[in-house]
Amino acid sequence: MAEEESKTVSELTWQDMRFGNIYTKPGSAIRLKTGDWRSQRPIVEAAKCNKCGLCWLYCPDSALKPLEDGYYEPDLDYCKGCGICSQVCPKEAITMIEEEA
Amino acid sequence: MSRRIALEGSFAAAEAAKMADVDVVAAYPITPQTHIVERLADMVANGELKAAYIPVDSEHSAMSACSGASVAGARTFTATASQGFFLMHEVLYWVSAMNQPVVMAVCNRAVAPPQNIWADYSDAMTARDTGWIQLFAVNNQEIFDFILSGFRIGEDPRVLLPVMVHLDGFTLTHVIEPVVLPEQEEVDRFLPKYQHPFALNPDKPMSYAVISSPDIYSETKKAQDVNLRQSKEVALQVWKEFGDMFGRYYSPIERYKCEGARTLLMTMGSLSETAKVAIDGKRARGEDVGLIILHLWRPFPFEELYQAVEDAEVLIVFDRCISLGGPGGPPFSEVRSALFDRRKDIKVVGLVGALCGRNLSVEQFEEMIDRGREIAEKGSKEIFETIGIRG
Repeated sequence: MAEEESKTVSELTWQDMRFGNIYTKPGSAIRLKTGDWRSQRPIVEAAKCNKCGLCWLYCPDSALKPLEDGYYEPDLDYCKGCGICSQVCPKEAITMIEEEA
Repeated sequence: MSRRIALEGSFAAAEAAKMADVDVVAAYPITPQTHIVERLADMVANGELKAAYIPVDSEHSAMSACSGASVAGARTFTATASQGFFLMHEVLYWVSAMNQPVVMAVCNRAVAPPQNIWADYSDAMTARDTGWIQLFAVNNQEIFDFILSGFRIGEDPRVLLPVMVHLDGFTLTHVIEPVVLPEQEEVDRFLPKYQHPFALNPDKPMSYAVISSPDIYSETKKAQDVNLRQSKEVALQVWKEFGDMFGRYYSPIERYKCEGARTLLMTMGSLSETAKVAIDGKRARGEDVGLIILHLWRPFPFEELYQAVEDAEVLIVFDRCISLGGPGGPPFSEVRSALFDRRKDIKVVGLVGALCGRNLSVEQFEEMIDRGREIAEKGSKEIFETIGIRG
């Protein structure tokens, strides 16, 4: 149970990890950002978007956040840059661009 | 009052699971499967056992279903053998690392090809790094007793680990022997209803086995290793309690006629009883030989091994499996490694035989001891030798 909230992941010792694959508190993903190996990022052009929500439905990581006005915005903390949203968008409103090194 | 009845090894395993009042059995019922899950299916169908019986489409699914059931807090049981055991291999790691005390009877059979259904430990030994507790039964009574005590050990809140009870394919699974069965109320007292402290519950959301990184994987595995090692102490306590209650006492290493023995033979599983007869004969002729029987393979009982061989000069490890291209059978290489620093003065000799159910006679065990002593004295050209193999 890696729930020593006072410690970062790299401060946890093996003694902290007894039954270490069980997380009794939800929200462990919030502590671990997994989008940092992305090589491309999606850019959404709101002018082309018809708010159909296909990008949100197809995203394998739930990394498109619905906004209050009905548009969608990529959550770059978790987006892996797979490009599925760009492929499924019927309006070609999402383009993938290279991440800068 | 307990009852002494004739039971096939497979039925003894099924009876133990029934008396443990398991909640879920998930199994794939096709060869190399045994009568264990067939009998349990009967028990569920005719109302003897109130459990969910999940017939699945493969052994990978069987262990996955067991994992899901156990995560939900169910007392869970399954059985498999050889190739089926291999198909569930990946899932074995998930069940142990997620601290799910599933109990599984593994009917040890040789690994194909060549196609076969007979006993050896080529399948069992591949599980030694999976993080499960592994117990080896010598006879049908031990199958019953180890499954019952296996649930207690695995479910102990200090342990929370899955347990394999290994029984020899055919030699035990399909052979009828007398087995003492306790009363249900005695079993209920020994093995009360269990509550997994971290069972999934919609009111209290939890995650299992989330993603890890190089930052934390090593710490997680070290904790898992320490937990498995420490489970031995719990096993000792549980077996003491089991013995006080049922009159049969078990230990990680059983010692047979070891007093004053300078030569020891080490065996596992059902052939240990043949080995006992060979030891009896040699003792009757005044030879100072004894037998140690390894019951607990994981966690490896280092302390018990050191104690058992304290007075011995020669230890002959008989392996019923072969590590192709390696330093002998896994028990031989592990035992020799364990003793390397502790006992410079003991010769550890490795002999491999009885693969795929080939019988070994009492005379062959006697020859094995003689040859082992000879190797200890004069050495051998081989790292290990084979017994009863032509050519």
